[in-house]
Amino acid sequence: MSSAGSMEMGGTPAIPSRVRIQSGPLTVAAPGGHRSLPVESVFDVHGVSVFYGAKRALEGVDMRIPRSRVTALIGPSGCGKSTFIRSLNRMNDSIPNFRLEGKVRYHGHDIYGRNVDEVEVRRRIGMVFQKPNPFPKSIYDNVAWAPRNLGLRHGLDERVEQALRGAALWDEVKDRLKSSALGLSGGQQQRLCIARAIAIEPDVLLLDEPASALDPIATALIEDLIHTLKGRFTIVIVTHNMQQAARVADETAFFGLDSSDGEPVGALIEHADTATIFGNPADPRTRDYVSGRFG
Amino acid sequence: MNVDEPAFDPAAPLTPTGNLRRRRAVSRVAESGATFAAVLAVAMLAIVVYSVVAEGASALSLDFLLGGAPDGIGPALVGTVELVLMATLIALPIGVLVAIFLVEFGGRLATPIRLALDVMNGYPSIIVGVFIFALIVEPMSSQSAIAASVALAMIMVSVVARGTEEVLRLVPDSMREAADALGVSRWRSVLTVVLPSAMGGIATATILGVARAAGETAPLILLSSNNPGVSVSLNPFEAVPNIPGTIYRLSEEANPEGFTRAWGAGFVLLALIMLANAGARVLLARSRRKMAP
Repeated sequence: MSSAGSMEMGGTPAIPSRVRIQSGPLTVAAPGGHRSLPVESVFDVHGVSVFYGAKRALEGVDMRIPRSRVTALIGPSGCGKSTFIRSLNRMNDSIPNFRLEGKVRYHGHDIYGRNVDEVEVRRRIGMVFQKPNPFPKSIYDNVAWAPRNLGLRHGLDERVEQALRGAALWDEVKDRLKSSALGLSGGQQQRLCIARAIAIEPDVLLLDEPASALDPIATALIEDLIHTLKGRFTIVIVTHNMQQAARVADETAFFGLDSSDGEPVGALIEHADTATIFGNPADPRTRDYVSGRFG
Repeated sequence: MNVDEPAFDPAAPLTPTGNLRRRRAVSRVAESGATFAAVLAVAMLAIVVYSVVAEGASALSLDFLLGGAPDGIGPALVGTVELVLMATLIALPIGVLVAIFLVEFGGRLATPIRLALDVMNGYPSIIVGVFIFALIVEPMSSQSAIAASVALAMIMVSVVARGTEEVLRLVPDSMREAADALGVSRWRSVLTVVLPSAMGGIATATILGVARAAGETAPLILLSSNNPGVSVSLNPFEAVPNIPGTIYRLSEEANPEGFTRAWGAGFVLLALIMLANAGARVLLARSRRKMAP
């Protein structure tokens, strides 16, 4: 494993070409026209509504998520942030009666299209959950599990080391790779889960409240990690913590409850640069929320 | 205002008032009834174990355990091990796959299949025996160890499947979610994440199935009984001697010495099954501990 030490973080690891995600730049006019720069977007979401049976959880979301940047989703509980982020890599498919209307385009491909395989979707769009959920295996096997199962056995030791370094965990665990992942602290487990996700070099990382179960020090480590990862991956993060969004995100989307049709239902209220959302939001509901007046 | 009922006085002594005395009495009766039933169930087991030990222990000797019929049960012991082993080889993969289907893939189909398994678990073993007799013994025109193993496997499958299902359900959904989010197909996740964490529980379910199959008598009388067990025979295409059949035959004979040997064989079988049960419990406790976060 020590031979891998010479490999640079930014260097290209030996990965079969089919693993890389190829996509041309997409230039899309922003909704509302307030953004005129042609920014390459990874996700283009059009009129997405989500239903659980008869219950509507999310209504009419239009949103672009730019490439290689951090987009934070903030808002009060129950307004559909998690529903939305889980819809981006089809993690909601296993929920009975889940139904999605509208279009989620990923590099121009409809995520919910007819020939789309949800396993392939998740192979490119990884996810880290609120509660750390390492497998009951060794630290090494946790990171090596997905590459092994995806046929990326070549240079596995190097890949595991890269992933653990990428998740800022290598120095803490390099001497006990064979011991159980369940013996790590909560913060270490969560960074292990991030390492596990980046070990297969996905295109996008979805983080669903990754630090909400952690103490402030572990949270700060995760936030530092997000900063170092954003050059390599497009990151979408759900957070309850507004300061966290302000610290890590380039863009911020505020989700709230919209009652204009009677029933309150989750909706995207405002999406802009983080500085704008926290400094000069256009919608009074966003202003109330970020100034701490409710939620 | 009702004058018959005394006014509620919060300062009165805290002794039972109103109908509390009666409710206390009813509660005591119900409690002692339940306790009595529990003691009775344990007493039954104790009586059975006591009589088997008291009557059978005197028959135990090395010659009895290793020798052939009519004085020993060695070939029957070997035969029972062979039958149960073959039955386990058939029932284990089927039972585990059924459980995987129920937990991971079944969806709405899982409920009727679970019901079918419960019915299977309850149906009389003599019917399994008759069914396999018609299916295998008649066409081959001979009893065989294979026929007996298939019948025992049919009885084991539901035990293994239901037991395995329980432990697969103990594997937290967050494991499946983590595996899903890594773009690995569900079958590979089941093989490499879910099954390994449930291994102890699957072993337990299998041992419980083995214990159940080892004591089944009715199908064996139909399917593997015309070998007196004078010497060890392992040929799967012939009837092999076995302990339940031996107990049955010895206790049907008009021979007091045979009775003692029947008790002795019963003692050996009971000891085997209890040992297997204890082993299953240890394994299950270990796997529960391993699954704890």
